[in-house]
Amino acid sequence: MKARRKEEGRWAWRLTGFVTICVYIFMFAPIVATVILSFNASMFGGFPMTGFSLQWYAKLMTNEQVLAAFRTSLWIALLTAAVTTAIGVVTAFALVRFEFPGKQALSTLVILPALVPETILGVGLLVLIKAVDQPRTMVLLVLGHILLAVPYVVLIAQARMVGIRRVYEEAALSLGASRLSSFREITLPLLIPAVVGGALLAFTISFDNTSASLFWRPAGVETMPTQILSMLKISISPEINALGTVMILVTVGIPLLGGLILQSLTRLKRRGEPKEEAR
Amino acid sequence: MKRRWTLYDPRLAWMLVAPVLLLLIFFLVLPIAVMGAYTFFTFVTAGVETSVLTTANWHEFLTDSYYHGFLLKTLRVGAMTALLCGVLGYFPAYFIWATTFKHKWLLLLLLIVPFWISFTIRTFSWINILGEQGVVNVALLRMGIISDPLPMLYNEGAVILGLLHFLLPYMILNVYVSLEGIDRTLISAARSMGCTSAQAFREVTLPLSLPGLAAGLLLCFVLAAGSYVTPQLLGSGRDALFGNLIYDTIMGELNWPMGATLSIVLFLVLGFFAAIYTRYMGMSQIVKGLGG
Repeated sequence: MKARRKEEGRWAWRLTGFVTICVYIFMFAPIVATVILSFNASMFGGFPMTGFSLQWYAKLMTNEQVLAAFRTSLWIALLTAAVTTAIGVVTAFALVRFEFPGKQALSTLVILPALVPETILGVGLLVLIKAVDQPRTMVLLVLGHILLAVPYVVLIAQARMVGIRRVYEEAALSLGASRLSSFREITLPLLIPAVVGGALLAFTISFDNTSASLFWRPAGVETMPTQILSMLKISISPEINALGTVMILVTVGIPLLGGLILQSLTRLKRRGEPKEEAR
Repeated sequence: MKRRWTLYDPRLAWMLVAPVLLLLIFFLVLPIAVMGAYTFFTFVTAGVETSVLTTANWHEFLTDSYYHGFLLKTLRVGAMTALLCGVLGYFPAYFIWATTFKHKWLLLLLLIVPFWISFTIRTFSWINILGEQGVVNVALLRMGIISDPLPMLYNEGAVILGLLHFLLPYMILNVYVSLEGIDRTLISAARSMGCTSAQAFREVTLPLSLPGLAAGLLLCFVLAAGSYVTPQLLGSGRDALFGNLIYDTIMGELNWPMGATLSIVLFLVLGFFAAIYTRYMGMSQIVKGLGG
């Protein structure tokens, strides 16, 4: 009896492992297929492969529209990451350290942009600027992206902030440091992982945003995802697979690189600094 | 005399949150309010409407079965996606949590990596798997199992598959976070009192991980029901969801009052589900899930 039960447990565990492997395959199969197909010599986007070729990458490098969209997205994402991180970290600081009326309502409001479908956010802003008779501008697009990224940055910074004991700040303040310099010298360095993490996430959220950008982009402006979407309306070509591969390299490579830098930074920092309280 | 701030002065807090507060008011609260007002505007012709108040848009929405069909289909696809995510997401979350494998972080990282890859690219990459010249069809044709390519793309199944690919990491991370919160001594206690591992799972682990599962289900449902790109790329015209309907009404027909009405409907419907969820579960689990 006991042996049979043990056997059941083993089978359940094997099943779990099997489903897990299937899920990983499911997650990566389409990505791998896209990367492989980008090297296809055939001019049709699909299997079977007819040979290895880099021609689609070469073609991509001379596609002015794609390059313009890439530059646009890059600038928007950099700007979004910088601004969102700044205001997000400061907000998280206020939400964790201070008590003020309406704090609970504000922390709920802050995460709403992550829960409300982008189509609704997209239409809402458009209707608002139509009501006050304003054109769609780049500023609007960037502010919209900041709105979409802010919940994630605040949540990441909040999670980290909770783990930083306030006695360090208080010690600095009691020794005569100003509020600003205690934040700059004590709190911010301890928050660095959240700052870098938040910035990277804000960058990808902006760089990747499709639905809302379709509504908000000024006439004639394409971001990378909207450009891809309009290219897909024609057909799926090897060129688009090559573009996808480049984008995968950019969006996976940058965060991984950032993560590595972060790790070595915290390793350096760990020497000589007060240990934080474990979360 | 110089004014002195106390240590954690609420006035300072308000100054710190001011930028975010302004952003949320002008880009979230105000737009939704104006959109609410727009639902009562009169549609004249493409791109033109007057502020003469009318209930025509609401009347049209409530009586035209065309819209009801879209809403039902959207809710159905959202629910099916969320359920599939729940079933398929629980196993990997549990596996990563329970495994004795030393580099757990690597397994988690592998799940986070797809988050970084452009959503549009992840969606269209399914064409390379399911298309007539995709991996599956070409392999089956070569093996002689089928003689004509199977039509696997541009149907509801493909849309759900694409949404599943987009939302599974959300679910897995949500469940994983709540599993991590379980005190493991509880399970050892259950085992030492004679529970089999299956019983310990059913009586201890599963109930304690339900909040994460519920948060994941809500998140997947809301995000699936609000999707635009996936049905656009992987579905046929018949598989368009509410998001596509809103986009076409505004950007295609330029019927802003109706577009606003549809947006408010989706907002209210999804808000209703979120409200039921918060009523029983509270907001904190969603926060944990989103923060990774």
